[in-house]
Amino acid sequence: MSKILVLAVVVLVIIAIAQLSKMYELSRKVAKKREEDISLASNKLNAKLMLVYMVAFYAFFIYLTVAYGEHMLPVAASEHGAKVDTLMDLNLVFVSAVFFLMNTLLFVFASKYYKREGQKAKFQPHDNRLELIWTVIPSIVLFAIIISGLVVWNDITDAPKEDAIVIEIYSKQFDWTARYGGDNNQLGNASVNFISATNPLGVISSEVLVDKKAEMNAEIEAIESDLENKVFSDANEAALKTKLSNLKAQRARVAGFKYSDEELALGYDDKLVKAEFHIPVGRQVHFQFRSQDVIHSAYMPHFRAQMNTVPGMTTVFNITPTITTDSMRTITGNKDFNYVLMCNKICGSAHYNMKMDIIVESEEDYNKWLADQKTFAKAYGLEEKAKDLAVNNK
Amino acid sequence: MSSATIHDHGHDHHHETFLTKYIFSQDHKMIGKQFLVTAVFMAFVAMMMSVLFRLQLAWPDEQFEIVKFFLGEKWAPEGVMDRNMYLALVTIHGTIMVFFVLTGGLSGTFSNLLIPLQIGARDMASGLLNMLSYWFFALSSIIMISSLFLEGGPASGGWTVYPPLSALPQAMPGSGAGMTFWLVSMSLFIVSSLLGGLNYIVTILNLRTKGMSMTRLPLTIWAFLVTAILGVLSFPVLFSAALLLIMDRSFGTAFYLSDIFINGEVLNATGGSPILYQHLFWFLGHPEVYIIMLPALGITSEIIATNSRKPIFGYKAMVGSILAIGFLSFIVWGHHMFVTGMNPFLGSVFVVTTLLIAIPSAVKAFNYITTLWKGQIVYTPGMLFSIALVSSFVTGGVTGIILADSTLDINVHDTYFVVGHFHIVMGMSAILGMLAGVYHWFPKMFGRMLNTKLGYAHFWFTFVCAYGVFFPMHYLGLAGAPRRYYQSSEFAMFDGVMDLNVIITVFAIIGSLAQLIFLYNFIYSIFRGQVATQNPWKSNTLEWTTTVKHVHGNWDGPLPEVHRWAYDYSNPDWDEDFVPQTTPMKEGEVAH
Repeated sequence: MSKILVLAVVVLVIIAIAQLSKMYELSRKVAKKREEDISLASNKLNAKLMLVYMVAFYAFFIYLTVAYGEHMLPVAASEHGAKVDTLMDLNLVFVSAVFFLMNTLLFVFASKYYKREGQKAKFQPHDNRLELIWTVIPSIVLFAIIISGLVVWNDITDAPKEDAIVIEIYSKQFDWTARYGGDNNQLGNASVNFISATNPLGVISSEVLVDKKAEMNAEIEAIESDLENKVFSDANEAALKTKLSNLKAQRARVAGFKYSDEELALGYDDKLVKAEFHIPVGRQVHFQFRSQDVIHSAYMPHFRAQMNTVPGMTTVFNITPTITTDSMRTITGNKDFNYVLMCNKICGSAHYNMKMDIIVESEEDYNKWLADQKTFAKAYGLEEKAKDLAVNNK
Repeated sequence: MSSATIHDHGHDHHHETFLTKYIFSQDHKMIGKQFLVTAVFMAFVAMMMSVLFRLQLAWPDEQFEIVKFFLGEKWAPEGVMDRNMYLALVTIHGTIMVFFVLTGGLSGTFSNLLIPLQIGARDMASGLLNMLSYWFFALSSIIMISSLFLEGGPASGGWTVYPPLSALPQAMPGSGAGMTFWLVSMSLFIVSSLLGGLNYIVTILNLRTKGMSMTRLPLTIWAFLVTAILGVLSFPVLFSAALLLIMDRSFGTAFYLSDIFINGEVLNATGGSPILYQHLFWFLGHPEVYIIMLPALGITSEIIATNSRKPIFGYKAMVGSILAIGFLSFIVWGHHMFVTGMNPFLGSVFVVTTLLIAIPSAVKAFNYITTLWKGQIVYTPGMLFSIALVSSFVTGGVTGIILADSTLDINVHDTYFVVGHFHIVMGMSAILGMLAGVYHWFPKMFGRMLNTKLGYAHFWFTFVCAYGVFFPMHYLGLAGAPRRYYQSSEFAMFDGVMDLNVIITVFAIIGSLAQLIFLYNFIYSIFRGQVATQNPWKSNTLEWTTTVKHVHGNWDGPLPEVHRWAYDYSNPDWDEDFVPQTTPMKEGEVAH
């Protein structure tokens, strides 16, 4: 029903426009007026509308700023973020000034210099002095913008401090996992080749290597014997063969992974967490990002931090949180406030709800929370290793 | 006219059938019209898509009959848009607008129509290549549109189609057949664009009439020339990016793929880099912004000078800034990739080069504004759209300064701030420029006038709604709202700014309806509009010395000879306020 209604309205509107323009057409014919002859009244009307438009546009700008200003991101919760905000404020003031200046000149001229009968425009092909001025001044201002930006950029992209806490942020369709370096603050090596139900990030230890090789060998044998002994449809046989060759390629890759015992031991104390992760206030955090399937982007707007997570490579970003979650709840007056990590690179159907909460707390609380998290050794079922780690901890 | 008199004129007026005149035409004017009509159709499709996804963004989970009407029960069960379809619409909207409307449509229409007419040539250097250029364009349009009807939907990885998302059919439904169609369509599009571009360059350099030196060229032609050069140099790089992606998708290579585990299995791909694709893509992608913008700016230069009745201010500076923008556009692509893990020093280099572009852009803006100063502005619809373009070019341009600064980009990258920025600076500006061009050269294209009053109505609705749609997006972005989100329900932090989405959508709906005024005016005037006079806007350029009725070869008699630049408006040496380029110099008159 509503479909018909909508259609009817559209048709009616079109007919109305057609009729109106027909009337107009006829009246024009009677007056013998040509379309390109713009009357003084028309010129004046459009010129004045330009001014009205400018005022309305500025009013809209001011309305949006006043009405929505309080809903912008709260004060930056990281050390570099404060600098970014200062720079952003300066830039916003500058570009707003340019915006107002240029638009005002444009609209005021447009409203002032409409055509009057019998007058001729000023013939002014160029003015070298004027042109020099508006080339040089923007150049100087831009130079200042470039330098001020790059100083902070250098700071942000600097190498992490010695005592920075190492945390890996790992993305996949459609969730995040955080991995802590554990007692040694070092992440164990990892690779997609070792991903399994008990090892979602593919952390590599000597047990993982042994298990994976055994598992692949068993699977390869099973497929080979199936291919030999059972009858499959062509399609199924082809699929099995592809799977077999992929498995063999993977086995060859895995055989190429050579690590020292030390390196293989790095991952036992790693801690994997989902849904939320904690970081201490005032300590630098060195994030390392990896991705399992497609490109995602780890966006933490409250910390003014963002970095793509790219399959096949590790990317990094350092932040030093300055405001705890509790303090930020007081600042924003919102008792449910939480820092978030969200995905900011299109990654598939559930891109819009790929989320992890971030809790910033005192170092004491952070240590307590971290101690409660399961180590990789435990999660992978290596009870002896897990016990050793627990003893060492004390 | 008897065949004998035609013969006297010495032109090639062989008998034309409907097929050779309207379909497989090799006449640049007809090809220009073909591009325009195709682009108008594509623009309405893309605009309709934006209305549909705007409904979803303003009122998520609400049921809309109109959404179901267009998308069907499968993609809009109960009238609520499927989230994969949302991504598909965003993707195809972007692809169509950027490539089919604002590259193919804008350059195709106006470069074709104006290059031979404004330089005084009988036609393009190669009529055949020109015709092929249109038909590759038409074919690629058809393929892109038909991908909408595929089982898994069209490509949906965003208009930039970054791999691995676009390379792996397992990653999303749109990365299956839809993505194949996208790649095939774009490959054909690139062929079309290269055929056109080469032709434009050759024609401008070789077929200028007597007296038409490079420094007498109208700014439109300068803009089309640099645009064509940018296209010819950068589109092949996109082609190679697409080719490698096709290889990765269909032939088991791993140019862009490495260490991937998806759908429960490890892929047999190592050593590739997804970032390589982004470098290749943006090596086209950034010049592409200027491939879109320069023709619009060229059109504006011409219309503002004509209708201010003043010479364009600083002609040489305008040419210089077109060249500078063209050159710089090739060394700034990395600013799209500040947060991909790029080497920070390399990032710094891109910051510097990108911000340099602001200088020639500012020069252009200042020159437009100064051209208006003490002018005698005639408010034709084309002039209104041109002035609006200058405003949007400035408003969208200044936020570019923030995005070009790697430090500031970190926090607004891929948010609505970016969406607002590029929609204003190139989307809105280029569309305004294109419409300005249509209103201005409609009499040249169709021999009839568009209705002026309807033009006014169209303009004011469009201009109000365009800022109404795109300006509030900056605030969404500063609140941290990411683009390409189907809805923000997971993030309470955006609740305070969600009203903005309603404001934007309301403006989008009104603005879209206003385009029906244009559509009506356009179609009606082609057939029934007031018959045009030869030089309705009292303009200096050569196209207005041709007859209203099109002839093959453009000029009935010999080619016109050019004696002056195109901008002698209100020259104190002359009584009339315009002096066509064909008018010889008076004794003692000094050229500019």
